[in-house]
Amino acid sequence: MDLAQHSARQLVQLMSAGEISTADCVDFFLARIEQNKSLNAFVDIEANSQAELAELARRQASELDASYTAKQSTPLFGLPIAIKDGICTKSTLTTAGSKMLQSFRSPVDATCIHRLRDASAIPIGKTNMDEFAMGSSTENSYWGPTKNPFDHSRVPGGSSGGSAAAVAARLAPCALGSDTGGSIRQPAAFCGITGLKPTYGRVSRNGLIAFASSLDQVGPMARSAEDCALLMDVIAGHDPGDSTSSRVACEHYSDGINDSIDGLRIGVCRSFFGEGLDAEVGDAVEHALQQLKSMGATLVDVELPHSKYAVATYYVVAPCEASSNLSRYDGVRFSYRHTDESLDSMYAESRGHGFGAEVRRRIMLGTFALSSGYYDAYYLKASRMRRMIKQDFEDAFKSVDLIAGPTTPSTAFKIGERSADPLSMYLADVYTVAANLAGLPAISLPCGFDENRLPIGLQLQGPAFSESNLLRAAHQFQLNTSWHAEGPNNKPTGEAK
Amino acid sequence: MSQRNPENRPHAPTPEQRSSIILDEVTVVIGLEVHVQLNTAAKLFCGCSTEYGAPPNSQTCPVCVGLPGTLPVLNAKALQLAIKTGIALECEIARHTKWDRKNYFYPDLPKGYQISQFDQPICGPGHLDISDPKGRFEPRCVRIERAHLEEDAGKSIHDETDRKGKSKIDLNRTGTPLLEIVTRPDLRSPAEAKAFLTELKLILSYIDVSDCNMQQGSLRCDGNINLHIPFAGTTIATPIVEIKNMNSFRNAERSLEYEIGRQFQQWQANGLTIDDAPKQTRGWDDSTQTTTLQREKEDSADYRYFPDPDLLPILVSEEQIAEISSQVITLPSAVRKRLQDEFGLNAYDADVIASQGPSLVTYYLAVAAGCGNGKTAANWIGQEVLRHLNEHEWTIDNYPVDALALTQLLTKVSEGELDQTRGKEVLDEMVRSRSSLDAAIETLGIVKVDASELDELCDQLIAENESIISQIREGNTKAVGALIGKARKINPNANPGKVRERLLAKIGIA
Repeated sequence: MDLAQHSARQLVQLMSAGEISTADCVDFFLARIEQNKSLNAFVDIEANSQAELAELARRQASELDASYTAKQSTPLFGLPIAIKDGICTKSTLTTAGSKMLQSFRSPVDATCIHRLRDASAIPIGKTNMDEFAMGSSTENSYWGPTKNPFDHSRVPGGSSGGSAAAVAARLAPCALGSDTGGSIRQPAAFCGITGLKPTYGRVSRNGLIAFASSLDQVGPMARSAEDCALLMDVIAGHDPGDSTSSRVACEHYSDGINDSIDGLRIGVCRSFFGEGLDAEVGDAVEHALQQLKSMGATLVDVELPHSKYAVATYYVVAPCEASSNLSRYDGVRFSYRHTDESLDSMYAESRGHGFGAEVRRRIMLGTFALSSGYYDAYYLKASRMRRMIKQDFEDAFKSVDLIAGPTTPSTAFKIGERSADPLSMYLADVYTVAANLAGLPAISLPCGFDENRLPIGLQLQGPAFSESNLLRAAHQFQLNTSWHAEGPNNKPTGEAK
Repeated sequence: MSQRNPENRPHAPTPEQRSSIILDEVTVVIGLEVHVQLNTAAKLFCGCSTEYGAPPNSQTCPVCVGLPGTLPVLNAKALQLAIKTGIALECEIARHTKWDRKNYFYPDLPKGYQISQFDQPICGPGHLDISDPKGRFEPRCVRIERAHLEEDAGKSIHDETDRKGKSKIDLNRTGTPLLEIVTRPDLRSPAEAKAFLTELKLILSYIDVSDCNMQQGSLRCDGNINLHIPFAGTTIATPIVEIKNMNSFRNAERSLEYEIGRQFQQWQANGLTIDDAPKQTRGWDDSTQTTTLQREKEDSADYRYFPDPDLLPILVSEEQIAEISSQVITLPSAVRKRLQDEFGLNAYDADVIASQGPSLVTYYLAVAAGCGNGKTAANWIGQEVLRHLNEHEWTIDNYPVDALALTQLLTKVSEGELDQTRGKEVLDEMVRSRSSLDAAIETLGIVKVDASELDELCDQLIAENESIISQIREGNTKAVGALIGKARKINPNANPGKVRERLLAKIGIA
């Protein structure tokens, strides 16, 4: 039995039925992680945190096996899951891809991890990421870049690039990522998997190492929308430990996905298909729209007039919040300390050496934008623009149920190609940041390949708390297409050409 | 702003003109910032205890030490206490408020920012009236500018034995709810500042929002002060100085006094005004009784305030305000008025009782009602009871003589069973041995002196004090006082009034 080809849902069914043991399942994926170390999808540090977590996973699996009864009913029984390293897991290392946290062990699990464990899921590894989730390529990691399983010379996207690569390469059936400006959807698109950024407040941020608190959201990454729904049913919901967590009742996502999309009104924003969009990506997305239409959806043109300001707005709001959120990494307590010659040199040297270039750049941007005399021109203006972007969506969703378009303007780029040009890197987020600014849910799912057989992502965005609709549309699309089932190994990779 | 030469300004006073101005002509302008720790059981944004004095860092959790991934959750009780304080100070209570981050680096500030309230404080403008029962200053309405909630920082403990000493950080205090109360610059003397602080502390104890213990840092105060000097029909303002570390009300008064003298001398020497020199921060040094320069602010520090995205804005409902208002029943000003109107006390005595706090007022009211004489109760409590409390550093709550026992004692005195002096001895004994009224009377051997004993005593006095008796006979009735003193030595239980009456009768004067 090749467990790698099973969906998360199938694996849970097999283990729940006692057809395979959770220990065998965990061992299978741990072995795949070990065999594919060259991808650098997992954070595997000198301290050997992967080995530690693997040991914990094996113990958890054997405990589940020991207490197994045919009547067990936990929703994720024995399911191995990869966790982005910016999400706190008790007792093992949580580094957020940073030297600053190279030896940080959280005393507590994040709320989403707690919920996963309660559902009998088994975290099997911490995945690589751009440092503090700042980046779109996973090149900004202290632990080195992750490779795209479809082409090892290319980036997997970011910041949840490790999670995306792990799922695409079948090193884990599913993963958790976090999305501040596209960090789940953009790597999902680059790696040919499905990733959902939930509505702000839908999944608790408690235990997610903060990048930009008003934008950050934890979400599922898997090979299918169906598996994303399976995870959402566990991780979503109110958490009294997160004041920004919503009290709106959750739908049962796995139940909702089976309904047809007949009559669904899908908005298409034509300005997304203009300059800057790679022609092959545009074609694939157009085909996907026609596919949705053939399944009974109606396509309606919508306008989002302020979306052209989304990237600029995002790169004020996110760095401002980050500059404050990252102040706690000062060398005093748990974080990297370079010197303790004097207080000022401890701060300057520890932060100068502990943070990478992109993180330092954004801290400086944010510090500047919040400074007295600049606050109104930057933070306040960006906050106003943010409200207008949100209003655009609210207006558009009066006439459509969701909005479809490309997730990214291009397919995965080469490692190193954009590192020297931050602006070109920031434009990788051009279609994704608006959902974060507006706090709305959005999903990316595979809808084709370019001539290099690099995956292309279709993005669906919906009104607040419409995850069920997004997952339904994505699942129905996947019932009628096979893009999501195509793995990196079906054909030779670009590297092998 | 760097220092400028004031002499270049047109119409600036010459050094000779400056030295001709005397301090009495100068108006002192003082504003205060008071930090009050609210007496919640848990911290402002986590569940840790706020108890004082625990071993360092024992009252901490991932949230208040700022570990990655942690989030604040508001303790609603702190907000209630802040609103309660606002109501007592007649502040406008915000219906909509929010949390802001004040960003700065310091080792005892774990997150690198303090969660505070920048432009929408929970309490807006209000006021507090002060007056002096001895009339040393005119009653004044001191305007409160605002009061906002914030989290306290931790404590840095610096090893000052040598220059390479290590610093230690205690984060037990981190996250304790603080209410920062800011006045307008309405105070006109250090005595007024002290009176303001005293009255504020009293109000806070009446409404039970803080223990206001200055030694433990639960009430801390900074003062802003400068002088307005009249010159040629205008006013010249000296540079503003912020005094930190005024860690007792007495030090607050002394440091402000010192600063008046220092600023006036400085101005006479260099003529620098508020437009010429930056705001200074100075610290009060108890050992030298002087203020010393801590730093000069070229500009106010840039804290890069912005709304905290981890917390939701707060909406305060009318119902919430009404509910909290109903808990603010008794304030010291109302108690003073009641003691004067209902119990006939003068302003001074009423203030003595009211100033001791609500527990003592309750005690007083019980004794006054029990013995039926408010003035007698005030005299005994204001003098004897307070003396005992001060001597033993007690509060009325652990005073060994309860209101009922004191009432019984005062009844015995008013009925003549005990004279004042004997009564006070009995009270001392009740306190000393923590005994009942009857037991104390017995211990002191107080028994009733009957008529024949009194006769015998008077006969003895007459026989032994021929010269005093003859003075009395010659009309100097005041001399009988000396005999009463002697009588007490022979028999301490003899009632002085009765001895006097009987003596005079025997001598044949009455």
